[in-house]
Formats: sequence, C-alpha cells, structure tokens
Amino acid sequence: MTEKKFPKWLFGVSIGLLLFVMGFVTRQYDDIYRKAIMICLECIGIG
Amino acid sequence: MKKFFPANIRLWFQIIYTILTNGYLYGFMSGKIYKGPLKYACVPGLNCYSCPGALGSCPLGALQNALAQRRIEVPFAVLGFLFVFGSVFGRFICGWLCPFGLFQDLLYKIPLFQKRKRLPGHSVLKYGKYVMLFGLVILGSAVLFAGFAKVPAFCKYICPSGTLMGAVPLMLADSNLRAQAGGLFGWKLAILAVITILSIKVYRPFCQYLCPLGAIYGWFNRFSLVQVCWEQNKCISCGNCQKACPVDLKPEEISVSPECIKCGKCVAVCPTDCLHFYEGKKFSAYKGDVV
Ligand code: SF4
Ligand code: SF4
Repeated sequence: MTEKKFPKWLFGVSIGLLLFVMGFVTRQYDDIYRKAIMICLECIGIG
Repeated sequence: MKKFFPANIRLWFQIIYTILTNGYLYGFMSGKIYKGPLKYACVPGLNCYSCPGALGSCPLGALQNALAQRRIEVPFAVLGFLFVFGSVFGRFICGWLCPFGLFQDLLYKIPLFQKRKRLPGHSVLKYGKYVMLFGLVILGSAVLFAGFAKVPAFCKYICPSGTLMGAVPLMLADSNLRAQAGGLFGWKLAILAVITILSIKVYRPFCQYLCPLGAIYGWFNRFSLVQVCWEQNKCISCGNCQKACPVDLKPEEISVSPECIKCGKCVAVCPTDCLHFYEGKKFSAYKGDVV
C-alpha cells in the first residue's frame, strides 16, 4: 500500500486558517479595518 | 500541442485583478478612501490601503500596523492571510496579480534603453528585500522606534506603491493634503521616480531587490500549491527557458527559487514540453505571454 503524504502547501493553509481563528478571537480584524479606513499619513508621505 | 490559453493571459490577469481590487471609482473623484467591510480583509498583493480605489487592506501595511502597536502582540490575523496566500500561490501573486508588479512590467515594455534582466551585483543586492523585511517591516515597526513614536517604517520611508497609488491620486484630488506635503513626501517621490526609471531598463527592480512581500512569498515558493514543474528526464538543455526567464533562472531553479515569480514565460518556450503548471500536466498547454 502506498502511503499518501500530507502536502506541505495544505499544511501551510491549515496553519493559516488556525491563525485566522486566533486573529478572530483576539479581534485583530478590527485593527486591520480601523487602520485601512483612515488615510495613512505615513503611506502618503506626510506623517 | 494545442494552444488554448490566449496570448498575454498573464497581462489580462494583472489588469483585471488590479481593477477589481482598486475599483472604488468614487474615491478617485472625491479624494476619499473606501470605508466598507471589505477592508477587514487583506488582498494578496502590495496594494496601499490609502489608494482611493482600494477595496481591501494591504498585507504589508496591516502587518506593520500590528507590529507598531504600543503593546507588541503576534499579528495572527495578518499572518493568517500571508500563510494562506503564500501556501496556495507563492510568488505567483507577484507574477500574475500584484498591481505594483504590473506597473513595473508595463514600464519594462517601453522600448527605451537596452534591457537588462538584473542589476550588476545581483547576487548581493537580491538580499535587499530581506533587509527591508527584517530591518524596516519587523524591527523598524516594532522595536527601533519604540520609546519615540512607533511607525510603519517601510510604508513611511520606502514604499513606492503608497506613493503611486495613495499619495499621488489623493494629493491630486485634495488641496489640503497637497499643502501638507514636505520633505518626506519629496523623498518618497524621489524613490518612486528612481524605481520608475530603473524599471524601464531593468526587469522589476523593486520586486527583485526591495519588496518585503516578495521576500515573504518567496519563502513559500518551494512548496506552494501553484508550481511550474520541470521534468528533468525530458529536458534537452537547450537553454530556451533561461533565455526567456525575465529574472534569468536556470531550469533547476524554476519555481523553487524565491526569485521565481511563476510567470510561465519558460513554460511557453520549452520545445519538449517538459515544463508545465501544476503536477500532472494539468495546464501544460499554456503558451501565452511569450514576449
Ligand atoms: S515583489 Fe512585491 S511589488 Fe513585486 S510583485 Fe511581489 S508583492 Fe508586488
Ligand atoms: S523560472 Fe519560469 S516561471 Fe519562474 S520567473 Fe523564470 S520564466 Fe517565470
């Protein structure tokens, strides 16, 4: 019987999904959103 | 082999993706940025979230913002996006999606100057993007400026995407912002100008030497789902792939090198069809984007 290896990319995606959940639990998406809806003065070179 | 992908498919991918992720037209007209719920999510490519058209968040900006908080915490959410995008696509994102990659690709098509694939000193300069990643994105945001004001250092001092997609359109539309432009804006404009002119002569200088996001996705290249596979036993060592490769990679470096942007130009020129996208020749008839 041939053993099927768990693909590395899927392992990476699984870690990513776990991180998503942890980001959700720690409410980090709110931080992403809050930053992204204000004009970032550093990004445009005046802050 | 039958040709079923249209020529220039990659260019069309880049254009459509750029329009889709920066399609908030009202923003360009009013000098305001989009504030809807899509901004909870990061897009895969380098895409300033202060671009008036941007519909999503920039992963690099979000990462720096998380690191620049007063209390340092692991930026789970942004890392989640980076792991998922990187594990599925690797630097395919650079080759096929990123708007700033498209900008440089278009500049390189301008028939001016004798073209070069790399800068002299490439073997050292290519580490510049890791210096940017560890020096400015991570240390610069999280440590260096602690005690003073913590800032997203790469965005503030270098990022030409922010200048091109954020600063220029916003300042054109808003005289108040224009009035505040000073030395820092001049510095960032100068960086953008140098990268723009250099991109006409050298293939994607920012991606090859400076982009921290390219450095991150390059780490995933070796094991990402999207691969350009090389069947060594069918290779006749004709050298066509390296000649066509915009970043001058040898066949054994295709797809696994962190420099490979999985553009597929090598696939298009292989006379023995020993290069193909994905395992199992699923997309082996890709023949687009030869030039
Ligand atoms: S290296 Fe950076 S700027 Fe270049 S295509 Fe990739 S993400 Fe975009
Ligand atoms: S090795 Fe092939 S896919 Fe990778 S950058 Fe070069 S031409 Fe593009």
